[in-house]
Amino acid sequence: MTAALLDVAAATVRFGGIHALTEADFTIAPGTVTALIGPNGAGKTTLLNAITGMVPLTSGAVLLDGADISSLPPHKRAEAGVVRTFQNLEVFTSMSVLENVMAGRHALTRYSVAASLLRTPGFRRAERECREAALDCLEFVGLADLAHAPAGDLPYGKQRLLEMARALAASPKLLLLDEPAAGLNSKETAELGHLIRAIRDRRGVAVGLVEHDMDLVMSVSDFVTVLHFGHPLAAGTPDEIQANPDVIKAYLGEDD
Amino acid sequence: MKLPVIGQNAAQAALFLLLLLAVPYTLPNEYYLSICILGALNAVIAVGLNLLMGYAGQVSLGHAAFYGLGAYATAIATARFGLPIPAGMAIGVSLATVVAWVVAAPTLKLKGHYLAMATLGFGIIVSIVFNEAVDLTGGPSGYVGIPRLALFGYEFASDHSYYNLMAVVLTFVVLLSLNLMKSRTGRALRALHVSEKAAASLGVDIAAHKRFVFVLSAALAGLAGVLYAHYLSFIAPASFGFGFSVQLVVMVVLGGMASVWGSVAGALFLTALPEALREFEDIDILVYGAILVLTIMFLPDGLAGGLSRLSRRLRRLRRQGDAS
Repeated sequence: MTAALLDVAAATVRFGGIHALTEADFTIAPGTVTALIGPNGAGKTTLLNAITGMVPLTSGAVLLDGADISSLPPHKRAEAGVVRTFQNLEVFTSMSVLENVMAGRHALTRYSVAASLLRTPGFRRAERECREAALDCLEFVGLADLAHAPAGDLPYGKQRLLEMARALAASPKLLLLDEPAAGLNSKETAELGHLIRAIRDRRGVAVGLVEHDMDLVMSVSDFVTVLHFGHPLAAGTPDEIQANPDVIKAYLGEDD
Repeated sequence: MKLPVIGQNAAQAALFLLLLLAVPYTLPNEYYLSICILGALNAVIAVGLNLLMGYAGQVSLGHAAFYGLGAYATAIATARFGLPIPAGMAIGVSLATVVAWVVAAPTLKLKGHYLAMATLGFGIIVSIVFNEAVDLTGGPSGYVGIPRLALFGYEFASDHSYYNLMAVVLTFVVLLSLNLMKSRTGRALRALHVSEKAAASLGVDIAAHKRFVFVLSAALAGLAGVLYAHYLSFIAPASFGFGFSVQLVVMVVLGGMASVWGSVAGALFLTALPEALREFEDIDILVYGAILVLTIMFLPDGLAGGLSRLSRRLRRLRRQGDAS
């Protein structure tokens, strides 16, 4: 196997006495869509939080491009190239759609506070670049015509797209999507599938996908990892996973 | 309208400055000028507090303390130790800044009501120091003999000259705040106000941004404090207590959260209101309260929000008029 972009090694997360995640291994290869599935409470969101630094690992390590990022705070991991969206939307509702996406470029828009106070030419250039890159991301997800709308006014499905545009604006190496199809209708889910492929193929961004919608998972993923009670149960291509007896047992229960 | 060369913020600020400089010629006597000076001082603090509260969503119920620290530091440095006024002013602003920087680290880990309580406690502690450290501060009866402001050999002896200075200072504070909020820093502050985890996930250093804006707003309060001390030449702890901290919050909320111009309007309005209500004598405080309640009821997004809604409605009416 080629070197992994993301390599989670023996990640364990304990909350008090609860083992949310036990020795979980999870890898994402560059240029792939890799799904993380499992029944409710399997530890999928915990793993996502551990990768992005929002919950501390009890033991284990998170490697990005071979570098250990386990001890970095969330904002440093974003700078390193791991950006995520949220299961419960976390859109900046008080800002416009465009400002949301421009906020996504925070780490890439570089100038001093003094430069912004004095509106130096360097500041104006950086702001123009930030704005253009943000508009490009909005174009990519199909929200360009709503750039100046207040973000809080967007319908649910469009707020999901906005979160993806905002995350893409940060130019991530790895984009982690936490249940992006939740609350979407079937048409919106189909469009989401196209968008996820486009993120991989046209943007060259690897995608980690936590999702319950199995049709979506099986149609867009290159690889699938199954978590069960905080343990990794199986990993492989969608076809392998669908044929794996352990996985079937975990999802459907045992017959005898 | 686009003004690429000087920018929209600068154009608005220039207009604002002209307006401010014209005000004294419309006033019947010197007394009103002193109200205007106090209004401008309050506006400087309110704009700073709004950066913290309105934009970044971090409540402070102790901002009067930074105002007081600036005032007392320059008073003691100039009147007791005979330092030059610019040095005293630098010490005043620096003290407010440094204290804010130290207080920020433990305080800003708290959220919502807990943050309000912590800043409230801080304000009370500082207020007690002003009252009890009699040798240093003169205690409850206040500190007298602070020299009137003089810079580069020019003494701002008349109220008119002091007012002009305040007009320039306030304009700069407004302009720099507008500029800062229309930058990555402003976006980051508004973002963390709504969702800290989303902001962090996009690369915003939450703790650093909160600390920065807290220190900045304290520095502005300190600046207002030094200008207050060298204006009145007399200061007393009563001006820097919990009551004034609450008043500052009211100025920000009444003016409009996350609106620089709103804070200016809120501060000027609340400074002038008690004067306008003098004729109600015994019931003035009742009328004052009633006006506050009514304003918040009918303008929930403050004076700024009310004005922008009014102008939108007028524009719509005019467009309908054009169409028919």
